[in-house]
Amino acid sequence: MFKLWITIKKDIRILLRDKVGIALMFVMPILLVIVVTSIQNSTFQLVNKNKLSILISNQDTGDASKQLVSALSKIGMFKVSLTPDTKTEVLIADAMHNKDAVLGIVISKDFSAKVSAKSKHVAGKAMNSFGLEGDTAKNADANIDPLTIYYNPILQESLRLSVKGALQSAMQMVESRQTLRTLYYSINEKQLPEKLENEMLNNQTAVNEIPVSKDGTRRTPNATQHNVPAWTIFAMFFVIMSLGGSVVREKVSGSFIRLKTLPTNYWVGLLSKQITYMGVTMLQALVIFSIGIWLFPFMSLPALNLPGDIGALAITTLICGWCAVSYAICVGVFADTQEQANGFGAVSIVILAAVGGLMVPSFAMQGTFKSAANLSPMHWCLEAYYTLFLENGKLKDITNNLAALFAITVLIQAVTYFGLKRKNLI
Amino acid sequence: MGLAETYAINISDMEFGYPDNLDVSFTQLNLKIAKGERFGLFGPNGAGKTTLMNLMTGLLKANKGHISLLGHDVDKHSNTVSKLFGFVPQDFSFYQELSPVENLEFFGAWSGLNKKQIGQRTDELLDILGLDEVRNKQVQKFSGGMKRRVNLAIGVIHNPQVLFLDEPTVGVDVQTRHAIINYLKKLNDNGTTLVYTSHQLSEAEGLCDQVALLDDRKIITQGNIHSLLKEHQHKTLEALFIDLTGKEYRD
Repeated sequence: MFKLWITIKKDIRILLRDKVGIALMFVMPILLVIVVTSIQNSTFQLVNKNKLSILISNQDTGDASKQLVSALSKIGMFKVSLTPDTKTEVLIADAMHNKDAVLGIVISKDFSAKVSAKSKHVAGKAMNSFGLEGDTAKNADANIDPLTIYYNPILQESLRLSVKGALQSAMQMVESRQTLRTLYYSINEKQLPEKLENEMLNNQTAVNEIPVSKDGTRRTPNATQHNVPAWTIFAMFFVIMSLGGSVVREKVSGSFIRLKTLPTNYWVGLLSKQITYMGVTMLQALVIFSIGIWLFPFMSLPALNLPGDIGALAITTLICGWCAVSYAICVGVFADTQEQANGFGAVSIVILAAVGGLMVPSFAMQGTFKSAANLSPMHWCLEAYYTLFLENGKLKDITNNLAALFAITVLIQAVTYFGLKRKNLI
Repeated sequence: MGLAETYAINISDMEFGYPDNLDVSFTQLNLKIAKGERFGLFGPNGAGKTTLMNLMTGLLKANKGHISLLGHDVDKHSNTVSKLFGFVPQDFSFYQELSPVENLEFFGAWSGLNKKQIGQRTDELLDILGLDEVRNKQVQKFSGGMKRRVNLAIGVIHNPQVLFLDEPTVGVDVQTRHAIINYLKKLNDNGTTLVYTSHQLSEAEGLCDQVALLDDRKIITQGNIHSLLKEHQHKTLEALFIDLTGKEYRD
């Protein structure tokens, strides 16, 4: 125990004197978590709170185009600006740039006429199917020219699909209103009463959105809840930049030769490194979570809400830290130079993070990558963290994730042992 | 143990070859170093001195034969053996980020000393080797000579009965060399067996009483230094060395 304590003291001293290593382990991940959360928060805000600016060139003077503009305004997703004199693609692009709009729509001058014609056609067909005379069905042009959306390329595909859905919904409203009015007039030979029209068209069934959590609490996910846990995992694995190099340095320097001649097993040295750097990973998590809780609100970012089960959070962080430290030691054992350890370490962490779903959610991955995610320890840690942070889960909800993470860690330790034996280091 | 106890080192019929380099091999090597001797192991570059020292300290394992240290088989009783000897490698074998005190604390603990013993030995050694004033400064800022003394202090912190020294004075000034050699003589006077390699043959003449000349992984001569010089009719160890190993480059 005395040997272990002295060895831990030695490792802590060396660590504290490695200023670059400390900067890489703490400053870099902290910057990363702040920058990525800020950027993703802007996207969250864009989708959830901010309105997309849309520029509409309405060449039509009829009622249907006004209804369409009104419907788009009422959806709540768009900030609508009208520009009357932009008829060509080039002109609308210029107008979008000038007015800082990310979307542009040109409503052609015969839009209302075509909507009216289509409604007469549909109403006529309906009359015929009721067994009533509907002569409009034969001659009217039932096609409306497609509505063209111009968009800024910065808009992601998922967002464009949302916009397209919203536009189709607005168009549907306009066409339905016109068809209903035509049909009513054909049957009753008088205008559809406004009250009835509103009851028929505006009385849609509401849709409630409720985030599902393990404990029944309703916590709306945000960029902080997603990013802080994810980049904390990344930070923990970043210890490879200090620890991997430290193992190589000790291995290639004369000190290792001397250690081999002393009556103490090198496992004491490895155990000390694991304890010391697990302390570092716990400290990293503590610092990053604290920044999320107390600093983020001052930066206009949502504050981090800790899970209800703090014990489960501590256990997950501990096992994740152990896995990260084991991986760093393993790389250090197999690398022949510090450059190899740092280069391979950094690249492999980024790959493990990408495969593990830290950068792109694993549910959005294609088949092979989805399976490969299971091999990344970061994936299991992330799943456990998300269950705790987003679903407010308990320890029992993450036992499978922790078991997988533990198994991968034991495997890494076994590979390390094999490497030490093969290289005649123990 | 028995008779073998009179020897600090006893190598009998030892064979060794690196798996990836069969040219570097010892066959039927026998060597005895009595307790309390100052034994010098010399030879040209590539003769096998470091390999032989690594075999004696258990860093390498012989393919055949036996190596015992103070009667204990080096392979079978590695834990016991490693408490009995100290090793001062040619490289600076310590943590440059730490101070002499911190290095001695760590290596002292790994050598099996307790806190009190480490404290006492640290004070003694830093005083004897002239490192007391820089005891808490990081070693990486030290001169080559100071680093050599730290290297030596770590090797002897646990008062070993046998001390292996692989070129302990390489790259140091005359003053540091004298200080190190004098300290080694004091250690030997107190009963420590010295097993020493160096290319500084004039220095070796002043330190060693017994020598072995190694060439091409074979001991070509061995015995008391004065007897060997008389036998081969040479005045210096260097002349004897050139006579027996030739003048060609040997790397």
